[in-house]
Amino acid sequence: MAEHALTQPGEASSETSGLRSIASDFASDRQAFRHVSWGKAMMWVFLLSDTFVFSCFLIAYMTARMSTTVPWPNSSEVFALTIGGTSFPLLLIAIMTFVLISSSGTMAMAVNFGYRRDRRKTAALMLMTALLGATFVGMQAFEWTKLIHEGVRPWANPWGAAQFGSSFFMITGFHGTHVSFGVLFLLIIARKVWRGDFDRERRGFFTSRRGSYESVEIMGLYWHFVDLVWVFIFAFFYLW
Amino acid sequence: MTQAAAHAEGQQHPIKLYLAVWLWLFVLSACSYFVDYFQLQGLLRYTLITLFMVLKAGLIVAIFMHMAWERLSLVYAILVPVGAVLVFVAIMVFEADHTLLSRMTFLTSGP
Repeated sequence: MAEHALTQPGEASSETSGLRSIASDFASDRQAFRHVSWGKAMMWVFLLSDTFVFSCFLIAYMTARMSTTVPWPNSSEVFALTIGGTSFPLLLIAIMTFVLISSSGTMAMAVNFGYRRDRRKTAALMLMTALLGATFVGMQAFEWTKLIHEGVRPWANPWGAAQFGSSFFMITGFHGTHVSFGVLFLLIIARKVWRGDFDRERRGFFTSRRGSYESVEIMGLYWHFVDLVWVFIFAFFYLW
Repeated sequence: MTQAAAHAEGQQHPIKLYLAVWLWLFVLSACSYFVDYFQLQGLLRYTLITLFMVLKAGLIVAIFMHMAWERLSLVYAILVPVGAVLVFVAIMVFEADHTLLSRMTFLTSGP
C-alpha cells in the first residue's frame, strides 16, 4: 500500500482532512505540501521566519517597557495631531491603519481578478495597492519627522523612558522597510500582469519559470502579512 | 503539479466575501481606535485591544491569505511554530519582572 501511495498521488491524497492527512502528507516521501506550489510554500516559510523577526522586536519592546523604572510615555498624547486647535489622539496612526487595510482589500481583489484572468482589473488593483502602500510610507515619514523635531532619539525623549525611542524607530522602521519593498515588488508584478506575461506564460527573467497568475497570490501573501504585522504593532505599541 | 492543474486549484471565492471581510476590518479598526479615544483604562482596555487584534489577525490570515482553504499540513506547518513565540513571551515576562525587581532594589537612590 505504501509503495502504491508513492506512485499514485491521486490515491495518496484520499485523506483530505484531520490529523491523518497531515501524517500522510509528511510521511509521503514526496512533496509534503500537496497541491501547493513551491513558490507559495516558500513564501509561507519566509513569512514564518519574518514572523519570528517581528516577534523578537515586539518581545524586546515588551521586556524594555516592563522592566524600566521610569514611566513610559503616553502614546495617546505623543501621537496626537492638533487640527484647528483641537487635539485628536492617535489620529495619524488611525488614518495609517485605514490606508493599510484598504490596500489589503484592494490586494485581495487583485488576487481574485487574477484567478479570473482579468488582466486589466488585476493590474489596476495592484497599482492601487502600491499607491496606498506608498501613501502609508509617506505618512510614516511625516510621523518620524514630527517626532524627531520634538526631540525623540533612540537614546532619549522628552516624556519618559529612553527605550521608547529605540523601540519606536526599530519596530516602525523595519515595518516601513517591509512596506517599501512590498511597493517595489507590487510594481514589478503589476507590470508583468499589464504586459500579459501571465496570460502568455512568458518565462521570468530570473527564475525562467513560466509566468502564472499564482505570482499575484504569492505577492498578496506578502502584502497581507505586512498588514498583519501592523495589526500587532498598532495594538501593542500604539494602543497598549 | 503542472501549471494547468495549479490554475484549476486556484483560489476562487466570491467578491462579496472579500468585501465583507474588508468591512469587518474597518469596523474592528474603528473599535480599537475608540478604545483609545474614550480613554478606557485597566483590564477592560487590554481585553478589548487584544480581542480586536486577534479578530483582525484571524480574518486577514484565514480569508485574505486563504489559510482557511489551504491543506491542513501547510496550516499546521505554519501556525504551530508560532506557538514558540508565546513560550518566548512567557519567558521574557519572568525575565523582565526579575530585572525590574533588581532595579528597584539596587538602583533607586535612597535617602
